[in-house]
Amino acid sequence: MTMFKNGGGRSAIVWCIFVLPLPAFLILAYFLPMMGILSWSFTDPVPGLQNYARIAEDQTIHLLFWRTLRICLTTAVISVLVAYLLAYHWILGPPARQRLIEMAILIPFWISVLVRAFGWLILLRPKGLINENLIALGIITEPLAMVRNEIGVVIGMVHFMVPMAVFPIAAVMRQIDPRVIQAARGLGAGSVRRFIEVFLPLSMPGVIGALFIVAVFSLGFFITPAILGGGRVVMVAENIFVRMLQTANWGLGSALAAVLLVLVVGLIWILSRIVRLDRLL
Amino acid sequence: MFDDQLQDNQLQVIGITRKFGSFTALDDVSIDVRRGEFLTLLGPSGSGKSTLLNILAGFDAPTEGRLVQDGHDVTRKPAEARNFGMVFQGYALFPHMSVARNVAFPLRVRKVPESEQKRRVAEVLERVGLSAHADKLPRQLSGGQQQRVALARALVFSPDVLLLDEPLSALDKNLREQLQLEFQRIHREFKTTFIFVTHDQTEALALSSRIAIFNRGRLMQMDGPTDIYTRPSSRFVAEFLGQINLFRVENVTSAKDGISGRFGECLLAAPGHVRDPAWVGVRPENMRLKATQPDASQNAVPVTVNAVSYHGPTVLLSLTAATDGTTNVLSATMPASEWTDFDAQKPHWLCWSRDDSLVFPQENEAEQGA
Repeated sequence: MTMFKNGGGRSAIVWCIFVLPLPAFLILAYFLPMMGILSWSFTDPVPGLQNYARIAEDQTIHLLFWRTLRICLTTAVISVLVAYLLAYHWILGPPARQRLIEMAILIPFWISVLVRAFGWLILLRPKGLINENLIALGIITEPLAMVRNEIGVVIGMVHFMVPMAVFPIAAVMRQIDPRVIQAARGLGAGSVRRFIEVFLPLSMPGVIGALFIVAVFSLGFFITPAILGGGRVVMVAENIFVRMLQTANWGLGSALAAVLLVLVVGLIWILSRIVRLDRLL
Repeated sequence: MFDDQLQDNQLQVIGITRKFGSFTALDDVSIDVRRGEFLTLLGPSGSGKSTLLNILAGFDAPTEGRLVQDGHDVTRKPAEARNFGMVFQGYALFPHMSVARNVAFPLRVRKVPESEQKRRVAEVLERVGLSAHADKLPRQLSGGQQQRVALARALVFSPDVLLLDEPLSALDKNLREQLQLEFQRIHREFKTTFIFVTHDQTEALALSSRIAIFNRGRLMQMDGPTDIYTRPSSRFVAEFLGQINLFRVENVTSAKDGISGRFGECLLAAPGHVRDPAWVGVRPENMRLKATQPDASQNAVPVTVNAVSYHGPTVLLSLTAATDGTTNVLSATMPASEWTDFDAQKPHWLCWSRDDSLVFPQENEAEQGA
């Protein structure tokens, strides 16, 4: 700490070397290009608000946003449920189970999202491992439709999102004083009541945080819906890609991107009102 | 008389041993807890007192031995089924519930009707002086107030026994003394059996009807505060509970009414029986400083004064007794008004009555951890 107190000159140098590069990099590589893209939404093909007017009126674009929100919400709810169980056993389980869950959470992180999407395709497609085996076992006669629809997209996205949801939930669970749970027990509460009246309410900030984090991440999902949806379950991000690079409608694409950005920022703002973000780390 | 006492035993700890791997936290402990008493489990950290409390609460089970409540074996009964109140170190209040909801928790668990819950919560909050804070969250209260909420929550369902795990250790000295008085009052009013764990000997002496002293997993002595203070059965108990000056005596000879042994050139006499070599112990408040050698009816040791500290009504003297190369640093208290007559530069005699002497054997000391 003393280096910060050795006069203004020294600390200014420290700031320039250690702190400034990050904001400078973000401004050059992220903020300026983004401003450029956003400016297209007001200038392409002609100056004006016609791109936003179209978003406000076009039924297919409304459907696109509803579908995106619906998939994000479903993904968030399912991911958080699965993550809650994992986090619970990760924090409170016996050591062997804790190690197993750590592996289950960390290994998916090392595998590319592309590889994972294709992996699910191999498992879920009509002639995939699951359908072939179920037919061979005589449980079903027709293959189940698990890809090229929302089910497939949600499965792939949940698989990606569960680890992201485990961390904030586990962080909050770890801060719960075990003596409080013991106190509930000493006062006569059985395991169900201890969970519902004490543990669950105390872990809710983690649950809410995880719901928002997963929802925000999901809004921009591109690869997983593109592969497992097979072009039939188009979400906003994929639609932006198509409009910009395939139909060359840069103005409408960037207007959609702007709306998506506002949604993401809005969700994060609401989250920051509900829970203290630093408790989720 | 003996039968009556047996009847009155609410909880019986019978030969309880608790091992954690090769470490023995509790070693063959037996205690009879009398109905309505204020029993303190006292000992240094790691002495096993908290392990015993956890076993009493049902959070832990003994490796050997039994716990009997009113004639029924409850050794394996889960904590939530025991109907014991518990006040935890650090209070362990539910941070997301108001004071009233915290206190009502054990009543909700027991499915007490809503109106009855309200009445009993209001009554117990009144008794601990927190009626005005019923709707606050625990974090809006001071430490002492949180402690009272914890106490109210543990008492509201009229538990069979109230277990208290170092409940005052987090509070500052003044508040601690104030709450000690309140604990005594509440114990009188509720007539519940209190089992109180602490490492603070003054707290134990002030509050308890009986004290059980633990060391290294073993019950060293159990008695009323006066008995345990004036007649400690071992050097460990004597040293742990209050101050004591010890003299290592040799050539111990036994007579009908006690022993005598040599401390350097002095012959020290004491009631009781002990084998050679032994310790003779005296509490500082039982010692008198004199300018001249007293007659042989008293024990006396020549001393020089090292330091004097003034404590208002009394002075605390640090003294050295040097005889035959045996050096003892001693402490004694005396009224401050008497001390003004002494000259600290001169040699003095430290005297005490043989009846105030305590004797302890020197054997098994390593084991006792003295």
